[in-house]
Amino acid sequence: MIKVSLLTLSLFVATLAQAVEPGEVLEDPALEARARVISQDLRCVVCQNETIDESNATLAQDMRRLVRQRINAGDTNEQVVAYMVDRYGDFVLLRPRVTPQTWLLWFGPILILVLGGVVVVRVMKRPASNVGEALSQEELDRLDSLLPEDNETS
Amino acid sequence: MAAVNQKRWTFLLPILIVALLVGVFAKRLIDVKGGQDPSLVPTVLLDTPVPALDLPPLPSRGEGLRTADLKKDVSLVNIWGSWCVACLAEHPLLMNVAAENAVPLHGIAWRDDPSASLRWLARNGDPYDLIGQDPVSEAAIAFGVTGAPETFLVDGDGVIRYKHTGPISREAWDKTIAPLIEQLRQ
Repeated sequence: MIKVSLLTLSLFVATLAQAVEPGEVLEDPALEARARVISQDLRCVVCQNETIDESNATLAQDMRRLVRQRINAGDTNEQVVAYMVDRYGDFVLLRPRVTPQTWLLWFGPILILVLGGVVVVRVMKRPASNVGEALSQEELDRLDSLLPEDNETS
Repeated sequence: MAAVNQKRWTFLLPILIVALLVGVFAKRLIDVKGGQDPSLVPTVLLDTPVPALDLPPLPSRGEGLRTADLKKDVSLVNIWGSWCVACLAEHPLLMNVAAENAVPLHGIAWRDDPSASLRWLARNGDPYDLIGQDPVSEAAIAFGVTGAPETFLVDGDGVIRYKHTGPISREAWDKTIAPLIEQLRQ
């Protein structure tokens, strides 16, 4: 039983691992670490909801290679990302940039939270006056006439 | 009374929100039906010079494809591969374009085995003037390509003027690409 669960666990861990193949890895661990960081922010443009770091698509593989090639050529992280953005647009970034176009995306949730807060505060503040008011004599009489007789005796 | 007015107004609010959402979703649906696929990636390369290219030719097929080749005349650059089914669907139209000699048509053999590319061309016909090999997506990434086929219309100065994603239909050719070529030639 333990063996089976270990096996399934190891399979699960294996799927969590990145798609980077041994042949792609840079020799310098510091540069490779940078490549990994950059790759995790770039979208695989074929699969659209994966990073190029975790995608097995051939284009993602080629993009990873290009990222490492640019790093080896001395580019900073920002330059590598800019290189991709110049060709694929902001679309290639998995974390959208804060621009007027994306304000709604970034600040919309905060706006909704604030609006909701305002509504809650106003509801809480509303005086409970008309809830606690006693019935007038007129209303009591009408109620009496509506309720069946036996209700009073019970 | 203010409280009563406010109540009337707030009771309309959910309806307004729903109406707004329905409007937004309906617009997107109509856009998709009208041919504006939201999953298409817009190209940021429009009106920018073609990327630097120096692609090797297919074996025994003349010259490869270089940037300088795209600065001579209005031309089309078609990204394709023998593995690409949609390219086969598009192919008759490209053959037609070549037969009419409408415009220089260059190919980029994307991530393809050169012998497979050549076999594919021998079987289906070869509409291309120049073909460059792009085995590791160097040119494809430089062109911001996300899938094959994609076709770029380049003007005589080597500036990208239009990008067509997916197979070119007869309609797209007649209505959009052919008029654009005419326009760019003037």
